[in-house]
Amino acid sequence: MLGKLTWSAVPFDQPIIMITSGVIALVLFAILALVTVKGWWPYLWREWITSVDHKRIGVMYVLLALVMLVRGFADAIMMRSQLALAAGGAQGYLPPEHYDQIFSAHGTIMIFFVAMPIVIGLMNFAVPLQLGIRDVAFPVLNNVSFWLTAAGVLLVNLSLFVGEFARTGWLGYPPLSEIAYSPGVGVDYYLWSLQISGLGTLLSGINLTTTILKLRARGMGYMRMPVFCWTALASNLLIVAAFPVLTATFAMLLLDRYCGFHFFTNDAGGNPMMYINLIWIWGHPEVYILILPAFGVFSEVVATFAGKPLFGYRSMVMATMVICVLSFVVWLHHFFTMGAGANVNAFFGMMTMIIAVPTGVKVFNWLFTLYGGRIRFTVPVYWTLGFMVTFVIGGMTGVLMAIPPADFVLHNSLFLIAHFHNTAIGGVLFGAMAGYTYWFPKAFGFKLDERLGKAVFWCWFIGFYLAFMPLYVLGLLGATRRMQHYPDAHWQPLMLVALAGAVLILCGIGLTVVQLVHSIRTREQRRDRTGDPWNGRTLEWSIPSPPPAWNFAQLPRIESNDAYWAMKQGAHGVEPPAAHSHAPLHLPPSNPTGVLLAFFSVVLGFALIWHIWWMAIIGLLGAVAVGLVQAWRPDHEVVIPADQIAAFYGRQAAEEIAA
Amino acid sequence: MSVVDPTASTPGFVPLSRRGPAPIQAVVGYGFWLFLLSDIIIFAALFATYAVLSGETNGGPPGATLFDKTHVFIETACLLLSSVTCGFASLAVQRRDKVFAYLWMVATFILGALFLHLEWSEFAVMVASGNAPSRSAFLSAFFTLVGTHGLHVTIGLTALAVMLLQIETLGFSQKVRGRFYCFSLFWHALDIVWIGVFTIVYLGAR
Ligand code: HEM
Ligand SMILES: [Cu+2]
Repeated sequence: MLGKLTWSAVPFDQPIIMITSGVIALVLFAILALVTVKGWWPYLWREWITSVDHKRIGVMYVLLALVMLVRGFADAIMMRSQLALAAGGAQGYLPPEHYDQIFSAHGTIMIFFVAMPIVIGLMNFAVPLQLGIRDVAFPVLNNVSFWLTAAGVLLVNLSLFVGEFARTGWLGYPPLSEIAYSPGVGVDYYLWSLQISGLGTLLSGINLTTTILKLRARGMGYMRMPVFCWTALASNLLIVAAFPVLTATFAMLLLDRYCGFHFFTNDAGGNPMMYINLIWIWGHPEVYILILPAFGVFSEVVATFAGKPLFGYRSMVMATMVICVLSFVVWLHHFFTMGAGANVNAFFGMMTMIIAVPTGVKVFNWLFTLYGGRIRFTVPVYWTLGFMVTFVIGGMTGVLMAIPPADFVLHNSLFLIAHFHNTAIGGVLFGAMAGYTYWFPKAFGFKLDERLGKAVFWCWFIGFYLAFMPLYVLGLLGATRRMQHYPDAHWQPLMLVALAGAVLILCGIGLTVVQLVHSIRTREQRRDRTGDPWNGRTLEWSIPSPPPAWNFAQLPRIESNDAYWAMKQGAHGVEPPAAHSHAPLHLPPSNPTGVLLAFFSVVLGFALIWHIWWMAIIGLLGAVAVGLVQAWRPDHEVVIPADQIAAFYGRQAAEEIAA
Repeated sequence: MSVVDPTASTPGFVPLSRRGPAPIQAVVGYGFWLFLLSDIIIFAALFATYAVLSGETNGGPPGATLFDKTHVFIETACLLLSSVTCGFASLAVQRRDKVFAYLWMVATFILGALFLHLEWSEFAVMVASGNAPSRSAFLSAFFTLVGTHGLHVTIGLTALAVMLLQIETLGFSQKVRGRFYCFSLFWHALDIVWIGVFTIVYLGAR
């Protein structure tokens, strides 16, 4: 009846897991109770859960990512404290089978459910505003994408207390991930949650690519797009081209596991290295999917706060697109040790070094933009400067490992771990934090607290160096990754330093929450009534904060780069929107398709993981039914009458004068 | 629109990229094209895997002895013909000619179903003779590549049935016509993929 699911799936005998699950359940219950008691459900349902507004969806993505950052970090600090203890003969407090699940969950969550949603959320929020349009190309699909991502998140977290998670690392290499060696449900949790959220990512990639290529303000030719839109374009093109490979690869592994196929098995002619090639054909573009939007954020921040146009706009665009293409021809650097031969390794080593060139171009462009500028040292600038130092170090250790003979020594060592955290934290995470601080006032109409923001930055910055520089040394000393304990007690002091760094990062995460709560409570003092708190250059700053549902009452027409800056310089005047006579606007109504689809995909995924076939059929039919209902849903648009629009801008103008 | 725009040299000319948001039909079509490209990349991964694993027969018979080329030829003919009928259906939808639209859609459905039936019987014969996908890496790759195409045809047939109902209930509204356009793109794309399957898997069998 319930397939493989029995009470033994719940780890009652594991106090750590039971207490964690208990706390999570309590917090969830408290939140749900609060929402119910306060009667917030109708509002949440109408304005957020079923909203098809790109700004709301972007905010939900970022929120999801921040929550999952806490989960991913909890895994990280468990690993750090385990390794601080398990020196010499000691075994620490995490047994190997548990430790293996933790590093797998940490990697999976950080990449797929922290970095991806935060980057997609920022793009969702900012791209349509920067392009001067009212929404993305397919607003309902956008909501579906978000909820499919959330469905994946739910399944991953479910694995914590119903069953187990994969012990195979964040990429699930076979033959270990094959049914012969991983007979439990851990790998199935991994595979199904990533299949479901991967579909959401693909749809979001199609959506944003179409938006950028087909829907731009009048006058916004390609070479007038803000750089963030360019990097978003590159990133989404990579999603469209790379994520299908991930889907296909996982599908083949699933066939191996469920139907006895022999794609990647050791026997019957299967070829595990085929999986490793395929997964990295997705995986290397994936790292650029994450970092390119971060590059875009830094470009916006640098230009805004130096008060200068971005240095070398054209070379920035070129560099972005060159990276976009080259990212598909370097995948083999993840397994030089495969034994493909010297010539193949040399080719991929050289391509890897070449891809560092456009990245270097970007760094110089940022430096030259800052050079001679009147820099305002705001929090986003802190993150940007921290990024430039940190990312360059990460980039250089990467180029070091691009030399195949060096990589034979460093492969699978803690040196590698230090390298990719150097780029993942110093690049993606710093970029996400910069973007979060930069666009927060646009989303909510008030700024985040600057002093606390700087404290957060210093915690992350110093914490990062303490946590990861020792790993370079340890890696050179021979410490391998995914190691639950080590015999050489001389490594312990460095492990302790790394733990200290992780604790400092914990303070940073804590202070982020404090900053948010404090800023919300003092929001009246920190209101921005102009819509342009940073003296910005691009179109999103030309509209009120938070923007109305329709973004632009009159679609803008632009004449140059840095469109809003040019307007402010009076090259061609800014017409206050209130001066126009308004026509009524048509907006798409909120739509429950996304949540319902996500609900049935969770049912489907859970049933497939536990081999509950009747339930799988229900999930599948439910999802199809939701699709059919959507196909017949009449498209009533919400009409916003002209006087409502006029009243909005009237209020806005009055507030600005009063302030 | 021609490639060389005669107005390009006239004053006041606005390049295409600066003309503002594209009309909704163009946006929908474009998005669907991107989706098709991503779908074709799934097939690319499966083709690559097939190419690597096609020699790994694990002591079993190779493709050349397993495949019946006449059978596959008839299968191919059905699918290609269904693309032609789908094209006629598109024209009828453009003309808002209900009778012919239904006629050609039903014809497309029958040809597609015939294709699926033939594919299914091929699979059944192979499995019955002990050559199931779990027999070898080669057979795993074969069944997955060809089967994924078959799954797409099945989805296509379902979509076709839904389109018929949509035309029946919603008429030839702009939305419905747009959806039919997307369906026909999908159906033709499956033909292109099949040409790859036919050439690489069946004609290339050694
Ligand atoms: C916030 C501070 C972080 C700390 C303290 C931390 C710590 C760690 C540790 C201790 C490991 C295991 C290394 C080993 O195998 O011995 C690890 C692995 C990993 N981390 Fe992090 N990490 C952090 C943030 C991140 C972020 C932001 C990302 C990605 C965006 C990330 C991605 C990964 C991945 C992919 C792995 C590999 C997992 C595997 O071996 O399969 N981490 N991290
Ligand atoms: Cu790579």
